[in-house]
Amino acid sequence: MYLLAHQLGFRALNEKIRGTSEDVVIEECYGERFIGAGATGRTITINGTPGNALGAYLDGATIVVNGNAQDAVGDTMNDGKIIIHGNAGDALGYAMRGGKILVKGNAGYRTGIHMKEYQDKKPVIVVGGYVGSFLGEYLAGGLIIVLGLNTEECPVGNFTGTGMHGGEIFIRTQKMPKNLPKQVCHSPAEEADMDRIRDILSEFSETFNIGMDEILGKPFHRLTPNAKNPYKQLYTNN
Amino acid sequence: MREGMFRNPSGCAISGIISKSGKRFSGERIIKSIAVMHERSNGLGGGFTAYGIYPEYKDFYAFHIFYDDNMAKKECETFLEKHFDIINLSRIPTRKIPEITDEPLIWRYFVSPLPTKLAASQLDEREYVVRCVFRINTAIKGAYVFSSGKNMGVFKAVGFPEDVGRFYKLEEYEGYCFTAHGRYPTNTPGWWGGAHPFALLDYSVVHNGEISSYDANRRAIEMYGYKCTLLTDTEVIAYMIDYLHRRIGLNFDEICHVFAAPFWSTIEGKPKQEREELKFLRNVFASQLITGPFSIIVGFEGGMMALNDRLKLRSMVVGEKDDMVYVASEEAAIRVIQSDLDKVWSPMGGEGVIINVEEGKY
Repeated sequence: MYLLAHQLGFRALNEKIRGTSEDVVIEECYGERFIGAGATGRTITINGTPGNALGAYLDGATIVVNGNAQDAVGDTMNDGKIIIHGNAGDALGYAMRGGKILVKGNAGYRTGIHMKEYQDKKPVIVVGGYVGSFLGEYLAGGLIIVLGLNTEECPVGNFTGTGMHGGEIFIRTQKMPKNLPKQVCHSPAEEADMDRIRDILSEFSETFNIGMDEILGKPFHRLTPNAKNPYKQLYTNN
Repeated sequence: MREGMFRNPSGCAISGIISKSGKRFSGERIIKSIAVMHERSNGLGGGFTAYGIYPEYKDFYAFHIFYDDNMAKKECETFLEKHFDIINLSRIPTRKIPEITDEPLIWRYFVSPLPTKLAASQLDEREYVVRCVFRINTAIKGAYVFSSGKNMGVFKAVGFPEDVGRFYKLEEYEGYCFTAHGRYPTNTPGWWGGAHPFALLDYSVVHNGEISSYDANRRAIEMYGYKCTLLTDTEVIAYMIDYLHRRIGLNFDEICHVFAAPFWSTIEGKPKQEREELKFLRNVFASQLITGPFSIIVGFEGGMMALNDRLKLRSMVVGEKDDMVYVASEEAAIRVIQSDLDKVWSPMGGEGVIINVEEGKY
C-alpha cells in the first residue's frame, strides 16, 4: 500500500496503516507523528522525515526510514526492528524493552535511557555515528553500541551511563569519554565480549553496506555498572 | 481573564530562516515551515518576527501597538506626539479570517525621538526609546507596544501560527530573516500580548520550553529598570538579551555562555583560557543563567542566534543550503521548505549557533 503522508495528515495516515495488514510504503513524509505505533509483523518503509514517536510501542513490525528521523524513535518498543538510513533525534529507544534499532548516522541526547531486559527480551541499539550526552542514563538492561564511524573524537557526550545499574554499552573509540560517573566501570572489550556482539555488528554491516573491516578497525570499550553497590548512600544513609 | 491570573496546565514550535547574503524573500516560506509543526501548538498563540521589511523607513523606529479601545489609542498617541516625531502611522493591514477573532486595534507608527526631548533626557537614543516603550506598557491601560525596532517588526495573535501569518498578510512582506512561534501555553492563558515573539528594540525571541529560573531572572532584571508586565517567562529573556548585549556589551557567543552556562564539572575540563572565561561569565552573570528546558531563536539587526538549554531538554535542528540557514524544532519543518540541504545537524545543549548577515548587506 502506498500512502502520501503529508496530504493525509498524521491521524488519517495512522488509521490507514492500522487498517491494513499489508506492507506499507510512505512517501512525502514531513513530520507526521506516531507512524507504526504498536505495529506488528510487516514492513513499513518511509521516504522522508517521519515525525516524533516513530514506532512507539512497536511490537514486531520492521520500519525502514530512508532519511532522518526525529525525536523519541522506538519509545517503549517491545519487539521488531527499526532501521534508519540517516540520523535519529533525541531520546532514541527510550525505555525500550525488546527489539533492535539500527541507525546509520548520529543519534541525539539521552539515547537508550531507561532501557531494560527480562529473560529473552533484550533490546539492542546500534548507532553508526556519534551520540549526545546522557547515553544510557539509568540503563537497567539491554545493549547499546556506538561506533563513531564518522569521527576521530570520542563519539559520546557527557554523563554517559549516569545511574546505570544493568545492561552494557560498547563504544568504538581510541579516546575514552572523560568524566564517566563513579557508578560505571569501563574496560577494553575482550575477545569473549566481541564474540557476543559479532552477530549484531554483521547485521549492521550488511544493512548499511559498511565493511566489517572498517567497523572492527578501532578498539571497543565496554561500560558496565559498578557491581560494588555503587548507589549505597547516594541519596540516603542506607 | 488575562495572562497570569490562572494556571493553564497543558510544548511549542519555533522556526527561523535567514539569508547570510541579506537577500530578501517573502514571509510565505516561514508560514509553510511553522505550519508543519501544527501539532506542537494548541491555537492559543502564534507569531512572527520579520527583519528587513521596512527599507523605506529604515532610519525610524517601527512601533507596532495593540490597543484595547480608542481611549487607549488616544492616550498613547498623545504620549507619542509628546516624545517622538511621527513620520507615518497606519493600521497594520490584516485579512478577516474566521480562525482569528477578537482582535484588538493594531497600529503601526514610524517614529524618531524628538531632538529636544532626547537632549533633555541626557540618554542615548536607544535607551530613550526603551524607556518610552516601558512607560506606555506600564502606565497606559489597554496599550501595548509589542515591536519597537528599526526595519523589523513583530506580528502576533491568538491562533495557530499559520492562521496568524495569513491574518497579517505576511506573504506580502519581504525580509532577510524571519522567525516564528506556535504556542502551547503551559502555565498561563493565551492572549494577544502573551503570544511570542517578545521584542525590545531590534531584539526578538521565540521560545519553546519553560524557564524554571523565571522569578530569579525577573527579580534580577527588574533591578536594572526593566518591568516584566506580561507574567510569561519568555518576556524576561528578551530583556536579558537587551541588557547583556546593548547595555553590558557582551557578544552573542558570550550571551550563550551566560544563558546556558556549562556545569562546573564541564568547565573544569576545559583548557585554561576558555575555563577562565566561562568561570567569569558564570560568576558575574549568575542571575542571568536560565535553567529548565528551552530552545530559543533570537533575532537581531543583521543576524540570528539559536540556543538550547545545557541539558538539551528541547529539540532543535539546523540546516544549511547555499547562503540560507534554517533552524527549527523539527527537521521536517526545514525539509518542507528546502528538501535538499548541504548540511543538517543538531547543536549540543548550550552550544549556540550564531548566524551573521554579511556586513553592509542588510
